[in-house]
Amino acid sequence: MSLFYSTLKYLAVTLWSMFVIAPFLWALTTSFKDFQSVTSGATYIPWVDFEPTLDGWRSLFKSPAQGGIAIVEPFFNSVIVTAAGSGISIILGTLAAYSLSRFTFRVGPIRNGDITFFFISQRIMPPVVLSIPFFIMLGKLGLLDTLFGLVLVYVVLLMPIAVWIMVDFFNKVPLEIDETALIDGCNPYQAFFKVVLPNSVPGIIVAGMFCMIFGWTDFFFAFILTFTEVQLLPVAIVALNSSITPWWSLSAAALVSVAPLVVVAFVVERYLSKGNLSGALK
Amino acid sequence: MSLIASNLSIKHEKNFHLNDVSFSMSKGEIYTIIGRTLAGKTTLLKTIAGLISPDSGGLTFDGHDFGSIPVWKREIAMVYQQFINYPHLTVYQNVAFPLKQRGIQKTEIHRRVIAALSQVGLEGFGDRKIQALSGGQQQRVALARSLVKEAKIVLLDEPLVNLDYKLREQLREEFRGIFDTKASEDSILIYSSTDPVEAMQLGGQILVMDEGRVIQQASAKEIYENPISTKVSQITNDPAMNLFDGRIEDGCIVLSPEIKFDLPSHFNGLPQGDFTFGLRAAAISLDDNGFPFSVELSEISGSETFLHVRHEGLKIVGLLNLVQNFSVGGKVSVRFDTKHLYAFAPDGHLKSSPYGGLQ
Repeated sequence: MSLFYSTLKYLAVTLWSMFVIAPFLWALTTSFKDFQSVTSGATYIPWVDFEPTLDGWRSLFKSPAQGGIAIVEPFFNSVIVTAAGSGISIILGTLAAYSLSRFTFRVGPIRNGDITFFFISQRIMPPVVLSIPFFIMLGKLGLLDTLFGLVLVYVVLLMPIAVWIMVDFFNKVPLEIDETALIDGCNPYQAFFKVVLPNSVPGIIVAGMFCMIFGWTDFFFAFILTFTEVQLLPVAIVALNSSITPWWSLSAAALVSVAPLVVVAFVVERYLSKGNLSGALK
Repeated sequence: MSLIASNLSIKHEKNFHLNDVSFSMSKGEIYTIIGRTLAGKTTLLKTIAGLISPDSGGLTFDGHDFGSIPVWKREIAMVYQQFINYPHLTVYQNVAFPLKQRGIQKTEIHRRVIAALSQVGLEGFGDRKIQALSGGQQQRVALARSLVKEAKIVLLDEPLVNLDYKLREQLREEFRGIFDTKASEDSILIYSSTDPVEAMQLGGQILVMDEGRVIQQASAKEIYENPISTKVSQITNDPAMNLFDGRIEDGCIVLSPEIKFDLPSHFNGLPQGDFTFGLRAAAISLDDNGFPFSVELSEISGSETFLHVRHEGLKIVGLLNLVQNFSVGGKVSVRFDTKHLYAFAPDGHLKSSPYGGLQ
């Protein structure tokens, strides 16, 4: 029986791995193809099925006038907007979550749970509903088609995620830890920064990872709120889609766009494997 | 130096967490607050620490208003029943934390941390992470952190309750040694517990709490000998003191038509009438000339046996030496050692005790 289940387990893992890895392999091989290789039927193995070329990767650094997509600027625009949006969201979200977890707020019938829901409710609304007020507000502030404007919007979009994750995290941290810090001579700010915050690193990493994933992969708001001055990576990649799609360039750009998230996943995975995310509080 | 509480009250909606609590505590003494769960012990400790503000009443320490001093400036230390430490710090850093906060010099911090770790038996554990320690060791770290501050008031909130039996026994012994040293110095030690045995073993002064009130404050010996009410007798005895309603009439104590016995000499001053009588489990024994009871339950506890017996409406628990086996429903003859009998008025107040407490 155990052999049967063991075989079944490995079969399931193999199938799942293929399901996850196959698109990457497809994109990787395609990024080394040219028009001829892409249109001549299904080919997989370089030097056997097709002759590899770096045309797809070179096009990432060429301007559109040269037939490229000039990915460098959109890439760094995305890095700036995602990092700033996530960073500010985590800082504000962590502070908001701590106060929602530790202090009681009462305004008429509104309680802490309602305030937390208010934050999350912004993620419940369809993006198109939010896009119109965002567009009008950024327009009035003269921030349309600017990195700063996008960072502001991303903070609004990402902070609910940070608050949601961190409220839950702080609720699981015993209040007695804060109290012990006060008794040991910390004022409330020192108790937060010297004791609570260092012990919240696991929660902050998880919240930060989610913020980065949502920020990095956003297309809708990046598309609606920018025109010519600022372009983010997802918009630049989608712009490649035309009557004759350059699949080799698209694949190379897709691999570049997914690379930062893979790096983040590996860093967090290494952190997890060291046991730093589990059993922090007993 | 003394800590004086005057009419402390904390009310949440309709329930009192503290109800008009007053006491006076002096340095060099150990005070044990004993009470059942939700009696208000932790609330009282947190109020002394400054973590909770009373709705009314006040605290003075050394003649100064304690209420106006924020928690982080009070010279207090506290150990919780949960093993509360700083998980991101090593054992050494945990113990050094309160000293660093006070800006004490590094060499002095080192000397005191090493001394505190040695005092709680954790020499050589300084570099370990908190998560790498057992529950008992974690609680020792918390204890070391409370000792290292040399605080004027040390609060211990049921510090042994989450430990296994063996470790609890061991740490209780060690605590007594540590307390004896500390108590002789400059501190007031306040220990809360639900366990009467623990409270009696620690000695010192005992405050008995119930429903937010301090219902008796006296030495451990006095509490044992003269519990002022049936509630105190229940809270401070394990198993709880047997209580049964009866009458004194014609020089006899009548519990039921079949159960009557002579009035013990220390009851001579009591008038005829209704009383609640109390007898500790240890004063119940089996005797062929005793009263007929049927066995409801027999529990073995270490080298002793708790025997739960019943006669009509009268239920009592006896503590018998050695492990003895009884069949449920079986008949036994029970003797009451009336020399140790207490008499309480129907309202629960002590009227006569075998140790001379007559009110």
